[in-house]
Amino acid sequence: MIRLSIPLRQALSRLSLPVLVALAFGTMLIGKADTVLVDRARMALSDTLAPIYAVVAQPLGAVRGAVQEARLLWAMRAENARLREENDRLHRWQAAALSLESENTLLRRQLNLVPEAPASLRTARVVADAGGTYARAVLLATGPGAEIRKGQVALDERGLAGRVTEVGSRSARVLLVTDMNSRIPVTLEGSRARAIMAGTNGDEPRLQHWPEGTRPQEGERVVTSAEASVFPAGLPVGVVHWTEGGTAEVELFARLDRLDLLRIFDFGLTGILPPEAVARPEPRGRR
Amino acid sequence: MKGRHEPAPGLLRRLDALARAAFPAVSTALLMVLVSAPVGLPSALPAVALACVFFWSLFRPAAMSPAVCFGIGLLQDLLAFAPLGIGILTMLVVHGFVLRLRRLLARQSFLVVWLAFAGFALGAALLGYLLQAGLNWRLPPPVPGVVFWVLCIGFYPAIAALLTRLHKAMQRAEDLA
Repeated sequence: MIRLSIPLRQALSRLSLPVLVALAFGTMLIGKADTVLVDRARMALSDTLAPIYAVVAQPLGAVRGAVQEARLLWAMRAENARLREENDRLHRWQAAALSLESENTLLRRQLNLVPEAPASLRTARVVADAGGTYARAVLLATGPGAEIRKGQVALDERGLAGRVTEVGSRSARVLLVTDMNSRIPVTLEGSRARAIMAGTNGDEPRLQHWPEGTRPQEGERVVTSAEASVFPAGLPVGVVHWTEGGTAEVELFARLDRLDLLRIFDFGLTGILPPEAVARPEPRGRR
Repeated sequence: MKGRHEPAPGLLRRLDALARAAFPAVSTALLMVLVSAPVGLPSALPAVALACVFFWSLFRPAAMSPAVCFGIGLLQDLLAFAPLGIGILTMLVVHGFVLRLRRLLARQSFLVVWLAFAGFALGAALLGYLLQAGLNWRLPPPVPGVVFWVLCIGFYPAIAALLTRLHKAMQRAEDLA
Protein backbone atom coordinates (compact mmCIF):
# COMPACT_ATOMS: atom_id res chain seq x y z
CA MET A 1 0.00 0.00 0.00
CA ILE A 2 1.42 3.39 -0.97
CA ARG A 3 1.62 5.83 1.91
CA LEU A 4 0.23 9.22 0.96
CA SER A 5 0.22 12.38 3.01
CA ILE A 6 -3.11 13.10 4.65
CA PRO A 7 -3.95 16.31 2.69
CA LEU A 8 -3.17 14.56 -0.58
CA ARG A 9 -5.35 11.62 0.34
CA GLN A 10 -8.19 13.97 1.31
CA ALA A 11 -7.87 15.82 -1.95
CA LEU A 12 -7.95 12.52 -3.85
CA SER A 13 -11.05 11.31 -2.05
CA ARG A 14 -12.77 14.63 -2.68
CA LEU A 15 -11.87 14.43 -6.35
CA SER A 16 -13.02 10.87 -6.89
CA LEU A 17 -16.75 11.69 -7.02
CA PRO A 18 -16.53 14.40 -9.74
CA VAL A 19 -14.10 12.27 -11.74
CA LEU A 20 -16.46 9.29 -11.56
CA VAL A 21 -19.44 11.46 -12.54
CA ALA A 22 -17.46 12.59 -15.58
CA LEU A 23 -16.68 8.92 -16.24
CA ALA A 24 -20.41 8.14 -16.05
CA PHE A 25 -21.05 10.65 -18.83
CA GLY A 26 -18.19 9.02 -20.70
CA THR A 27 -19.87 5.60 -20.39
CA MET A 28 -23.09 7.15 -21.64
CA LEU A 29 -21.28 8.34 -24.73
CA ILE A 30 -19.66 4.94 -25.24
CA GLY A 31 -23.05 3.28 -24.84
CA LYS A 32 -24.43 5.60 -27.52
CA ALA A 33 -21.44 5.32 -29.87
CA ASP A 34 -20.44 1.65 -29.70
CA THR A 35 -23.56 -0.43 -29.22
CA VAL A 36 -21.84 -3.61 -30.35
CA LEU A 37 -19.28 -3.41 -27.57
CA VAL A 38 -21.97 -2.73 -24.97
CA ASP A 39 -24.12 -5.59 -26.26
CA ARG A 40 -21.16 -7.92 -26.07
CA ALA A 41 -20.46 -6.85 -22.48
CA ARG A 42 -24.11 -7.40 -21.58
CA MET A 43 -24.30 -10.83 -23.11
CA ALA A 44 -21.00 -11.82 -21.45
CA LEU A 45 -22.49 -10.86 -18.10
CA SER A 46 -25.76 -12.67 -18.79
CA ASP A 47 -23.84 -15.73 -19.96
CA THR A 48 -21.97 -15.86 -16.67
CA LEU A 49 -25.12 -15.29 -14.65
CA ALA A 50 -27.40 -17.65 -16.60
CA PRO A 51 -26.44 -20.78 -14.58
CA ILE A 52 -27.03 -18.86 -11.33
CA TYR A 53 -30.41 -17.74 -12.55
CA ALA A 54 -31.27 -21.27 -13.59
CA VAL A 55 -30.48 -22.50 -10.06
CA VAL A 56 -32.47 -19.68 -8.43
CA ALA A 57 -35.41 -20.18 -10.77
CA GLN A 58 -36.10 -23.66 -9.44
CA PRO A 59 -37.04 -22.79 -5.83
CA LEU A 60 -38.87 -19.71 -7.10
CA GLY A 61 -40.79 -21.88 -9.51
CA ALA A 62 -41.60 -24.32 -6.71
CA VAL A 63 -43.02 -21.54 -4.55
CA ARG A 64 -45.05 -20.17 -7.42
CA GLY A 65 -46.27 -23.67 -8.23
CA ALA A 66 -47.38 -24.23 -4.63
CA VAL A 67 -49.31 -20.97 -4.56
CA GLN A 68 -50.98 -21.81 -7.84
CA GLU A 69 -51.79 -25.31 -6.61
CA ALA A 70 -53.51 -23.90 -3.54
CA ARG A 71 -55.50 -21.51 -5.66
CA LEU A 72 -56.48 -24.34 -8.00
CA LEU A 73 -57.68 -26.54 -5.16
CA TRP A 74 -59.76 -23.64 -3.91
CA ALA A 75 -61.48 -23.22 -7.22
CA MET A 76 -61.72 -26.91 -8.15
CA ARG A 77 -65.49 -27.30 -8.15
CA ALA A 78 -66.28 -24.30 -10.28
CA GLU A 79 -63.36 -25.21 -12.51
CA ASN A 80 -64.72 -28.70 -12.98
CA ALA A 81 -68.12 -27.50 -14.11
CA ARG A 82 -66.53 -25.01 -16.44
CA LEU A 83 -64.25 -27.66 -17.91
CA ARG A 84 -67.11 -30.05 -18.55
CA GLU A 85 -69.00 -27.34 -20.38
CA GLU A 86 -65.87 -26.36 -22.29
CA ASN A 87 -65.19 -29.98 -23.19
CA ASP A 88 -68.65 -30.28 -24.74
CA ARG A 89 -68.05 -27.15 -26.73
CA LEU A 90 -64.60 -28.28 -27.85
CA HIS A 91 -65.94 -31.62 -29.00
CA ARG A 92 -68.22 -29.79 -31.36
CA TRP A 93 -65.32 -27.64 -32.53
CA GLN A 94 -63.18 -30.70 -33.03
CA ALA A 95 -65.72 -32.14 -35.37
CA ALA A 96 -65.81 -28.84 -37.24
CA ALA A 97 -62.01 -28.71 -37.40
CA LEU A 98 -61.75 -32.26 -38.71
CA SER A 99 -64.21 -31.60 -41.49
CA LEU A 100 -62.47 -28.32 -42.33
CA GLU A 101 -59.10 -30.04 -42.38
CA SER A 102 -60.26 -32.64 -44.84
CA GLU A 103 -61.84 -29.94 -46.96
CA ASN A 104 -58.62 -27.95 -46.78
CA THR A 105 -56.45 -30.83 -47.99
CA LEU A 106 -58.90 -31.45 -50.80
CA LEU A 107 -58.76 -27.82 -51.92
CA ARG A 108 -54.99 -27.67 -51.61
CA ARG A 109 -54.63 -30.71 -53.78
CA GLN A 110 -56.72 -28.99 -56.41
CA LEU A 111 -54.73 -25.74 -56.24
CA ASN A 112 -51.18 -27.18 -56.14
CA LEU A 113 -50.36 -24.85 -53.24
CA VAL A 114 -46.65 -24.52 -52.43
CA PRO A 115 -46.41 -25.55 -48.78
CA GLU A 116 -44.47 -23.35 -46.35
CA ALA A 117 -41.15 -24.64 -45.06
CA PRO A 118 -41.55 -26.54 -41.81
CA ALA A 119 -40.36 -24.60 -38.81
CA SER A 120 -37.82 -25.93 -36.38
CA LEU A 121 -38.15 -25.01 -32.76
CA ARG A 122 -36.20 -25.09 -29.58
CA THR A 123 -37.59 -24.64 -26.11
CA ALA A 124 -35.73 -22.55 -23.56
CA ARG A 125 -36.36 -21.68 -19.95
CA VAL A 126 -36.95 -18.08 -18.92
CA VAL A 127 -34.43 -17.39 -16.20
CA ALA A 128 -34.41 -13.66 -15.64
CA ASP A 129 -36.30 -10.48 -16.22
CA ALA A 130 -34.02 -8.54 -18.56
CA GLY A 131 -36.16 -5.44 -18.64
CA GLY A 132 -35.49 -2.34 -16.65
CA THR A 133 -37.73 0.55 -15.73
CA TYR A 134 -38.32 1.37 -19.38
CA ALA A 135 -38.18 -2.03 -21.09
CA ARG A 136 -40.05 -5.33 -21.22
CA ALA A 137 -37.76 -8.27 -21.96
CA VAL A 138 -36.77 -11.66 -20.59
CA LEU A 139 -33.54 -13.62 -20.55
CA LEU A 140 -33.45 -17.25 -21.69
CA ALA A 141 -30.92 -19.87 -20.65
CA THR A 142 -30.28 -21.61 -23.96
CA GLY A 143 -27.44 -23.96 -23.20
CA PRO A 144 -24.33 -24.19 -25.36
CA GLY A 145 -24.74 -25.27 -28.97
CA ALA A 146 -28.31 -24.05 -29.31
CA GLU A 147 -28.82 -22.53 -32.72
CA ILE A 148 -30.55 -19.34 -31.71
CA ARG A 149 -30.14 -16.25 -33.83
CA LYS A 150 -31.30 -12.69 -33.73
CA GLY A 151 -34.76 -12.11 -35.13
CA GLN A 152 -36.18 -15.54 -34.32
CA VAL A 153 -39.72 -15.66 -32.99
CA ALA A 154 -40.58 -16.59 -29.41
CA LEU A 155 -43.97 -18.07 -28.52
CA ASP A 156 -45.27 -19.33 -25.22
CA GLU A 157 -47.81 -22.14 -25.17
CA ARG A 158 -50.66 -19.80 -26.10
CA GLY A 159 -49.34 -17.21 -28.51
CA LEU A 160 -46.73 -14.77 -29.67
CA ALA A 161 -44.43 -13.48 -26.92
CA GLY A 162 -41.63 -11.60 -28.67
CA ARG A 163 -38.47 -11.70 -30.75
CA VAL A 164 -34.87 -12.58 -29.96
CA THR A 165 -32.82 -9.40 -29.91
CA GLU A 166 -29.48 -10.41 -28.40
CA VAL A 167 -27.75 -13.75 -28.39
CA GLY A 168 -24.89 -14.90 -26.22
CA SER A 169 -23.28 -18.31 -26.05
CA ARG A 170 -25.46 -19.51 -23.17
CA SER A 171 -28.27 -17.00 -23.02
CA ALA A 172 -30.51 -14.99 -25.27
CA ARG A 173 -32.65 -11.93 -24.70
CA VAL A 174 -36.20 -11.79 -25.97
CA LEU A 175 -37.84 -8.40 -26.43
CA LEU A 176 -41.50 -8.87 -25.51
CA VAL A 177 -44.27 -7.52 -27.71
CA THR A 178 -45.34 -5.21 -24.89
CA ASP A 179 -42.04 -3.31 -25.01
CA MET A 180 -42.16 0.29 -26.14
CA ASN A 181 -39.79 -0.47 -29.02
CA SER A 182 -41.78 -3.38 -30.38
CA ARG A 183 -43.72 -2.87 -33.64
CA ILE A 184 -45.31 -5.95 -35.11
CA PRO A 185 -47.18 -6.27 -38.40
CA VAL A 186 -50.49 -8.02 -37.73
CA THR A 187 -53.60 -9.04 -39.60
CA LEU A 188 -57.11 -8.66 -38.23
CA GLU A 189 -58.55 -12.08 -38.86
CA GLY A 190 -62.12 -11.00 -39.54
CA SER A 191 -61.51 -8.29 -42.12
CA ARG A 192 -58.01 -9.44 -43.27
CA ALA A 193 -56.94 -5.80 -42.77
CA ARG A 194 -53.30 -5.14 -41.93
CA ALA A 195 -52.29 -3.12 -38.88
CA ILE A 196 -49.32 -2.49 -36.65
CA MET A 197 -49.28 -3.63 -33.04
CA ALA A 198 -47.16 -1.23 -31.02
CA GLY A 199 -45.97 -1.95 -27.48
CA THR A 200 -46.48 0.67 -24.80
CA ASN A 201 -44.68 -0.97 -21.85
CA GLY A 202 -48.17 -1.59 -20.49
CA ASP A 203 -49.90 -4.95 -20.36
CA GLU A 204 -51.75 -4.53 -23.64
CA PRO A 205 -50.09 -3.26 -26.81
CA ARG A 206 -51.94 -0.84 -29.02
CA LEU A 207 -53.22 -1.30 -32.56
CA GLN A 208 -52.22 1.38 -35.04
CA HIS A 209 -52.40 2.22 -38.72
CA TRP A 210 -55.33 0.06 -39.76
CA PRO A 211 -56.72 1.01 -43.16
CA GLU A 212 -59.45 3.62 -43.40
CA GLY A 213 -62.91 2.15 -43.13
CA THR A 214 -62.04 -1.18 -41.48
CA ARG A 215 -62.38 -0.47 -37.83
CA PRO A 216 -61.08 -3.37 -35.70
CA GLN A 217 -64.05 -5.09 -34.07
CA GLU A 218 -64.13 -5.81 -30.36
CA GLY A 219 -63.10 -9.43 -29.80
CA GLU A 220 -61.70 -9.89 -33.29
CA ARG A 221 -58.73 -12.24 -33.44
CA VAL A 222 -55.34 -10.72 -34.25
CA VAL A 223 -52.67 -12.85 -35.94
CA THR A 224 -49.22 -12.05 -37.29
CA SER A 225 -48.86 -10.91 -40.86
CA ALA A 226 -46.14 -12.13 -43.23
CA GLU A 227 -45.48 -8.63 -44.47
CA ALA A 228 -41.84 -7.53 -44.04
CA SER A 229 -41.06 -11.27 -43.80
CA VAL A 230 -40.27 -11.13 -40.12
CA PHE A 231 -43.05 -13.45 -38.98
CA PRO A 232 -44.91 -16.18 -40.79
CA ALA A 233 -48.56 -15.38 -41.36
CA GLY A 234 -51.12 -16.57 -38.86
CA LEU A 235 -49.33 -16.92 -35.52
CA PRO A 236 -51.92 -16.25 -32.81
CA VAL A 237 -51.36 -12.93 -31.07
CA GLY A 238 -54.53 -11.91 -29.25
CA VAL A 239 -57.96 -10.37 -29.53
CA VAL A 240 -58.95 -6.75 -30.10
CA HIS A 241 -60.18 -4.84 -27.08
CA TRP A 242 -61.42 -1.25 -27.16
CA THR A 243 -60.62 0.74 -24.06
CA GLU A 244 -63.00 3.27 -22.58
CA GLY A 245 -60.67 5.97 -23.82
CA GLY A 246 -61.29 4.85 -27.38
CA THR A 247 -57.97 3.20 -28.22
CA ALA A 248 -57.81 -0.24 -29.81
CA GLU A 249 -55.65 -2.57 -27.77
CA VAL A 250 -54.73 -6.22 -28.14
CA GLU A 251 -55.44 -8.60 -25.29
CA LEU A 252 -52.56 -11.01 -25.75
CA PHE A 253 -53.00 -14.77 -25.68
CA ALA A 254 -49.49 -15.14 -24.28
CA ARG A 255 -49.26 -14.69 -20.54
CA LEU A 256 -46.26 -12.39 -20.48
CA ASP A 257 -46.38 -11.82 -16.74
CA ARG A 258 -45.73 -15.48 -15.98
CA LEU A 259 -43.44 -16.80 -18.66
CA ASP A 260 -41.72 -20.08 -17.79
CA LEU A 261 -40.80 -21.66 -21.08
CA LEU A 262 -40.56 -20.06 -24.47
CA ARG A 263 -40.45 -21.86 -27.79
CA ILE A 264 -37.99 -20.21 -30.14
CA PHE A 265 -39.03 -20.84 -33.72
CA ASP A 266 -36.75 -20.70 -36.72
CA PHE A 267 -38.95 -19.99 -39.70
CA GLY A 268 -35.96 -19.26 -41.89
CA LEU A 269 -37.10 -15.68 -42.39
CA THR A 270 -34.55 -12.94 -42.91
CA GLY A 271 -36.70 -9.87 -42.63
CA ILE A 272 -35.89 -6.66 -40.83
CA LEU A 273 -33.04 -7.16 -38.41
CA PRO A 274 -31.05 -4.68 -36.34
CA PRO A 275 -28.43 -2.85 -38.44
CA GLU A 276 -25.33 -4.68 -37.22
CA ALA A 277 -26.88 -8.02 -38.11
CA VAL A 278 -27.53 -6.85 -41.66
CA ALA A 279 -23.87 -5.87 -42.11
CA ARG A 280 -22.67 -9.44 -41.75
CA PRO A 281 -25.33 -11.96 -42.70
CA GLU A 282 -24.79 -15.33 -41.10
CA PRO A 283 -24.88 -18.40 -43.31
CA ARG A 284 -27.89 -20.54 -42.59
CA GLY A 285 -27.60 -24.28 -42.54
CA ARG A 286 -29.59 -26.04 -45.27
CA ARG A 287 -32.14 -28.53 -44.18
CA MET B 1 -4.74 -2.21 29.15
CA LYS B 2 -3.09 1.21 29.16
CA GLY B 3 0.57 1.52 28.20
CA ARG B 4 0.59 -1.66 26.18
CA HIS B 5 1.02 -1.76 22.42
CA GLU B 6 -1.93 -2.95 20.44
CA PRO B 7 -1.11 -6.39 19.02
CA ALA B 8 -0.26 -6.43 15.32
CA PRO B 9 -3.35 -7.38 13.31
CA GLY B 10 -3.23 -11.07 12.52
CA LEU B 11 -4.24 -12.60 9.24
CA LEU B 12 -7.65 -13.67 10.49
CA ARG B 13 -8.42 -10.28 11.89
CA ARG B 14 -7.36 -8.61 8.67
CA LEU B 15 -9.52 -11.00 6.67
CA ASP B 16 -12.40 -10.22 8.99
CA ALA B 17 -11.98 -6.49 8.49
CA LEU B 18 -11.71 -6.98 4.76
CA ALA B 19 -14.89 -9.04 4.68
CA ARG B 20 -16.69 -6.36 6.63
CA ALA B 21 -15.44 -3.63 4.30
CA ALA B 22 -16.45 -5.58 1.20
CA PHE B 23 -19.80 -6.77 2.53
CA PRO B 24 -22.00 -3.82 1.45
CA ALA B 25 -20.79 -3.92 -2.15
CA VAL B 26 -20.92 -7.71 -2.49
CA SER B 27 -24.30 -8.11 -0.80
CA THR B 28 -25.79 -5.35 -2.94
CA ALA B 29 -24.52 -6.97 -6.13
CA LEU B 30 -25.84 -10.38 -5.06
CA LEU B 31 -29.21 -8.95 -4.13
CA MET B 32 -29.42 -7.24 -7.51
CA VAL B 33 -28.72 -10.51 -9.33
CA LEU B 34 -31.35 -12.33 -7.26
CA VAL B 35 -33.97 -9.63 -7.74
CA SER B 36 -33.73 -9.80 -11.51
CA ALA B 37 -35.07 -13.37 -11.44
CA PRO B 38 -38.57 -13.37 -12.95
CA VAL B 39 -41.42 -13.28 -10.44
CA GLY B 40 -44.10 -11.59 -12.49
CA LEU B 41 -43.65 -8.22 -10.83
CA PRO B 42 -42.44 -5.06 -12.51
CA SER B 43 -38.66 -5.05 -12.41
CA ALA B 44 -37.58 -4.21 -8.86
CA LEU B 45 -33.90 -4.11 -9.72
CA PRO B 46 -33.35 -0.30 -9.83
CA ALA B 47 -35.39 0.21 -6.66
CA VAL B 48 -33.41 -2.38 -4.69
CA ALA B 49 -30.08 -1.06 -5.94
CA LEU B 50 -31.03 2.50 -5.04
CA ALA B 51 -32.18 1.51 -1.54
CA CYS B 52 -28.93 -0.37 -0.86
CA VAL B 53 -26.73 2.45 -2.13
CA PHE B 54 -28.70 4.99 -0.11
CA PHE B 55 -28.52 2.95 3.08
CA TRP B 56 -24.83 2.13 2.95
CA SER B 57 -23.88 5.66 1.84
CA LEU B 58 -25.74 6.99 4.86
CA PHE B 59 -24.61 4.57 7.54
CA ARG B 60 -21.32 3.15 6.29
CA PRO B 61 -19.88 5.54 3.73
CA ALA B 62 -16.38 4.09 4.09
CA ALA B 63 -17.59 0.82 2.57
CA MET B 64 -19.74 2.47 -0.11
CA SER B 65 -17.17 4.59 -1.92
CA PRO B 66 -17.93 6.43 -5.18
CA ALA B 67 -16.07 3.67 -7.06
CA VAL B 68 -18.39 1.03 -5.57
CA CYS B 69 -21.40 3.17 -6.53
CA PHE B 70 -20.03 3.34 -10.04
CA GLY B 71 -19.70 -0.44 -10.14
CA ILE B 72 -23.23 -1.00 -8.83
CA GLY B 73 -24.65 1.48 -11.33
CA LEU B 74 -22.80 -0.26 -14.16
CA LEU B 75 -24.06 -3.66 -13.00
CA GLN B 76 -27.61 -2.30 -12.90
CA ASP B 77 -27.37 -0.92 -16.43
CA LEU B 78 -25.91 -4.16 -17.75
CA LEU B 79 -28.43 -6.39 -15.94
CA ALA B 80 -31.43 -4.28 -16.91
CA PHE B 81 -30.38 -3.81 -20.55
CA ALA B 82 -30.92 -0.09 -19.94
CA PRO B 83 -29.00 2.58 -21.84
CA LEU B 84 -25.51 2.53 -20.33
CA GLY B 85 -24.68 5.31 -17.89
CA ILE B 86 -28.09 6.21 -16.49
CA GLY B 87 -27.80 3.90 -13.48
CA ILE B 88 -24.19 4.94 -12.90
CA LEU B 89 -24.99 8.64 -12.87
CA THR B 90 -28.06 8.14 -10.66
CA MET B 91 -26.10 6.15 -8.10
CA LEU B 92 -23.24 8.66 -8.02
CA VAL B 93 -25.56 11.64 -7.67
CA VAL B 94 -27.55 9.97 -4.88
CA HIS B 95 -24.31 8.99 -3.16
CA GLY B 96 -22.95 12.54 -3.38
CA PHE B 97 -26.11 14.13 -1.99
CA VAL B 98 -26.41 11.57 0.81
CA LEU B 99 -22.83 12.32 1.87
CA ARG B 100 -23.69 16.02 1.98
CA LEU B 101 -26.77 15.43 4.14
CA ARG B 102 -25.20 12.68 6.20
CA ARG B 103 -24.68 14.65 9.42
CA LEU B 104 -28.28 15.74 9.32
CA LEU B 105 -29.85 12.41 8.40
CA ALA B 106 -27.84 9.82 10.33
CA ARG B 107 -29.26 10.92 13.68
CA GLN B 108 -32.89 11.01 12.62
CA SER B 109 -35.55 8.41 13.27
CA PHE B 110 -36.40 5.73 10.73
CA LEU B 111 -39.50 7.57 9.56
CA VAL B 112 -37.59 10.72 8.70
CA VAL B 113 -34.92 8.71 6.87
CA TRP B 114 -37.66 6.92 4.95
CA LEU B 115 -39.20 10.24 3.95
CA ALA B 116 -35.79 11.50 2.91
CA PHE B 117 -35.31 8.35 0.86
CA ALA B 118 -38.67 8.96 -0.80
CA GLY B 119 -37.34 12.39 -1.78
CA PHE B 120 -34.13 10.88 -3.11
CA ALA B 121 -36.07 8.24 -5.05
CA LEU B 122 -38.24 10.95 -6.59
CA GLY B 123 -35.09 12.78 -7.63
CA ALA B 124 -33.62 9.57 -9.03
CA ALA B 125 -36.81 8.83 -10.96
CA LEU B 126 -36.83 12.35 -12.42
CA LEU B 127 -33.14 12.13 -13.31
CA GLY B 128 -33.66 8.72 -14.90
CA TYR B 129 -36.64 10.06 -16.88
CA LEU B 130 -34.70 13.07 -18.14
CA LEU B 131 -31.64 11.02 -19.07
CA GLN B 132 -33.81 8.43 -20.81
CA ALA B 133 -35.50 11.21 -22.77
CA GLY B 134 -32.15 12.82 -23.58
CA LEU B 135 -30.45 9.61 -24.67
CA ASN B 136 -33.31 8.28 -26.80
CA TRP B 137 -34.31 11.74 -28.00
CA ARG B 138 -37.99 11.14 -27.32
CA LEU B 139 -40.21 11.34 -24.27
CA PRO B 140 -40.65 7.99 -22.48
CA PRO B 141 -44.03 7.33 -20.83
CA PRO B 142 -44.09 8.70 -17.27
CA VAL B 143 -45.82 5.70 -15.65
CA PRO B 144 -42.72 3.46 -15.32
CA GLY B 145 -40.94 6.27 -13.47
CA VAL B 146 -43.83 6.53 -11.04
CA VAL B 147 -43.85 2.74 -10.59
CA PHE B 148 -40.12 2.87 -9.89
CA TRP B 149 -40.67 5.55 -7.26
CA VAL B 150 -43.47 3.63 -5.55
CA LEU B 151 -41.40 0.43 -5.63
CA CYS B 152 -38.50 2.32 -4.02
CA ILE B 153 -40.69 3.58 -1.20
CA GLY B 154 -42.28 0.17 -0.71
CA PHE B 155 -39.05 -1.80 -0.71
CA TYR B 156 -37.08 0.51 1.55
CA PRO B 157 -38.47 -0.55 4.97
CA ALA B 158 -37.82 -4.25 4.31
CA ILE B 159 -34.32 -3.65 2.97
CA ALA B 160 -33.52 -1.15 5.72
CA ALA B 161 -34.70 -3.57 8.42
CA LEU B 162 -32.42 -6.30 7.08
CA LEU B 163 -29.44 -4.01 6.54
CA THR B 164 -29.83 -2.27 9.90
CA ARG B 165 -29.54 -5.61 11.64
CA LEU B 166 -26.41 -6.46 9.66
CA HIS B 167 -24.98 -3.00 10.24
CA LYS B 168 -25.52 -3.30 14.01
CA ALA B 169 -23.87 -6.73 14.03
CA MET B 170 -20.87 -5.36 12.16
CA GLN B 171 -20.65 -2.45 14.58
CA ARG B 172 -20.62 -4.82 17.52
CA ALA B 173 -17.84 -6.84 15.89
CA GLU B 174 -15.87 -3.64 15.33
CA ASP B 175 -16.30 -2.58 18.94
CA LEU B 176 -14.98 -5.94 20.09
CA ALA B 177 -12.00 -5.84 17.77
